Amino acid sequence: MTMTLVIAGLLGAAFGAMLDRIGATNPNWIARMLTLTDTNLMKTILVAIGTASILIFAGQMYGLVDVGHMSVKAVHVGVLLGGAILGFGWAIAGYCPGTGLCGLAVGRIDALFFVAGGLVGAAGFMVSYPFWESIGFLNGEKWTLGAIPGADYPAAIPALQGDLAGIVMGAAFILIAILLPRRIVGRTAARAAAADAAKTAPAE
Amino acid sequence: MKPMPLNWKIGGPLLGILVFLAVLLAKPIGVSTQFVVLDAVLWNLQQPDAGIVTQTAEGFTSTNAYLAKSGGALAAEAGNPLTYPVVFVLAMMVGAFLSSLIRSTVPKGERNVPAMYRANTGGFWPLRWVLAFAGGVLVLYGARLAGGCTSGHMMSGMMQTSISGYVFAFGAFLTAFPTAMALLKKEG
Repeated sequence: MTMTLVIAGLLGAAFGAMLDRIGATNPNWIARMLTLTDTNLMKTILVAIGTASILIFAGQMYGLVDVGHMSVKAVHVGVLLGGAILGFGWAIAGYCPGTGLCGLAVGRIDALFFVAGGLVGAAGFMVSYPFWESIGFLNGEKWTLGAIPGADYPAAIPALQGDLAGIVMGAAFILIAILLPRRIVGRTAARAAAADAAKTAPAE
Repeated sequence: MKPMPLNWKIGGPLLGILVFLAVLLAKPIGVSTQFVVLDAVLWNLQQPDAGIVTQTAEGFTSTNAYLAKSGGALAAEAGNPLTYPVVFVLAMMVGAFLSSLIRSTVPKGERNVPAMYRANTGGFWPLRWVLAFAGGVLVLYGARLAGGCTSGHMMSGMMQTSISGYVFAFGAFLTAFPTAMALLKKEG
């Protein structure tokens, strides 16, 4: 019990510090990612997902990682709808739940208002939960891509070996991160501005 | 002069190893559930007789259907908050705070209105506060409806090849990209 809490404390502190280091506690970097004007944060997250995926599934293959530590969530209509609602707020605020709390911790005052809004939103869901339940938006299976050996999760593609699929998907995430341009929107304008700056610089 | 975060070539693998360690040692990372737990604790303090957190012989339950689901799992956490996920989220805030002390603190003007938002919606604090609050309402309502957020669904979900993770990421970016591009045209 105590050991679990010590692990929670160490992992949590390391995760919070990492979120701050990669720029995720800063709404400007979220905004630059979502406007595709600087994809450093997106590339960071893609590499992180890919790295973790490869380590988890390779570890499972060699028996080093307990398959029981996996926790797959159910897929239902609420996942898509909730994701879309979250997306609106994410762009408006520049925070998601974890980075909002961390933004507050690093002294951002607007993050305090985000967290307060978050508590209201979560309470709103607590009250309206029976409605979503009654229309069946929360019913679904905990699907994984392939069949993962040792796990009970149903596979979307039963013929696919789940751990191998995880390693391939992980590699694909890293490859996308490498291929993704650092700036996607406004590249021509940015290049022109840089050229202008270079031209005027020697004259000064 | 904007402080640059870690380059993705370094930050990506480090964050990846960290979320892997979480699965190796305990379980996948998630944050948004703790907003519900804090709500339940506050609600229970405000109205102690409303039965929001009730301990029975079999365990915890609640008059709120969401807290009572899955055998009162959320009510139990609110009744005894010294648990792994609560400690994780509190420690996460401490870690971010310590990192900011080392990295240098957030500039004063930036604390109320971040530069990208100042450039597009102006430097009027109350407007930014209202937008941040409204964003918070949408983000946490959406996250609870989806059953997870950017950490739980997007990162932890997709790294486990969970279909819900892919569906969530699709839904979130479907609205986040156009909203950000319409709202944040100028680069701060």
